[in-house]
Amino acid sequence: MAAFTWFHRLASPPHVYRLAGLFAPWFAGLAAACIAAGLYGGLWLAPPDYQQGDSFRIIYIHVPSAWLSMSAYSLVAVASAMGYWWRMKLAHTVAAAAAPLGASFTFLALVTGSLWGKPTWGTFWVWDARLTSQLILLFLYFGFMALGRAFEDRRTGDRAASVLAMVGIVNLPIIHYSVVWWNTLHQGSTVFVGRGSDIAPSMLIPLLIMIAGFTSYFGACLLKRIQVELLERERGAAWITELVKQT
Amino acid sequence: MNSLQDFLHMGGYAVYVWPAYGLAALVMIANAVLPLRRLRKQLGELRGRTADVEKP
Repeated sequence: MAAFTWFHRLASPPHVYRLAGLFAPWFAGLAAACIAAGLYGGLWLAPPDYQQGDSFRIIYIHVPSAWLSMSAYSLVAVASAMGYWWRMKLAHTVAAAAAPLGASFTFLALVTGSLWGKPTWGTFWVWDARLTSQLILLFLYFGFMALGRAFEDRRTGDRAASVLAMVGIVNLPIIHYSVVWWNTLHQGSTVFVGRGSDIAPSMLIPLLIMIAGFTSYFGACLLKRIQVELLERERGAAWITELVKQT
Repeated sequence: MNSLQDFLHMGGYAVYVWPAYGLAALVMIANAVLPLRRLRKQLGELRGRTADVEKP
């Protein structure tokens, strides 16, 4: 029972609003430090690739963006499922806050990939499995965001959007394994957890730092967006009046 | 990288590398600034409203 009250308190809007405001600057600071170090390591210290020359340096934004595009979608889908089955308003709030960020990183992954594809493959775009499934991910985000706002009652929108988010999760393994299942232009994974990577440490370390930096940045933006969503959704609640009086 | 010129030239790939980084910077600045601006606006509006309510 104690755990339940703790959870209930943790999930109460004013508490979440306060925690979000408290943690956002720390995430932002960590992100700034990691991204600065990652850029220095990736753009200046790392040697040019023996096949791709300096064009490979796009990896330092392409891979972190692609990583976030998929992890943000997992977050949207899991939060949506929690909101749908357990009728948790807070879960819908988190999903709605994460979706635009995820969409922006999906867009970045697509465009930076395209800018990398031109010198490497000779084309900005091919309709191969990896690129197409990533484009579908962008449309899933757009659909989720549009559906959430498509109804007079935000709760109806939340429920409709969460069904789309849950169905759309089948696209994630398709994206991930697309380079294995189909013969694609896109290369397979270079970074592996647990069994070594196919990339030199001087190139790998900045990449890992950039991934950490982007993730932390995502965390900071997500927390601020959760605050915005809470103020919008809880309009008229007593805790907001209280909050405004205090600041 | 040995010099600033090398750095900017990117071994001939500058037209691909720099637009990619520029766009990433734009998107990430927008992601950070938009919620902060909306938050300030919302709080400003709410402050105006509570002030109205509390006027005698």
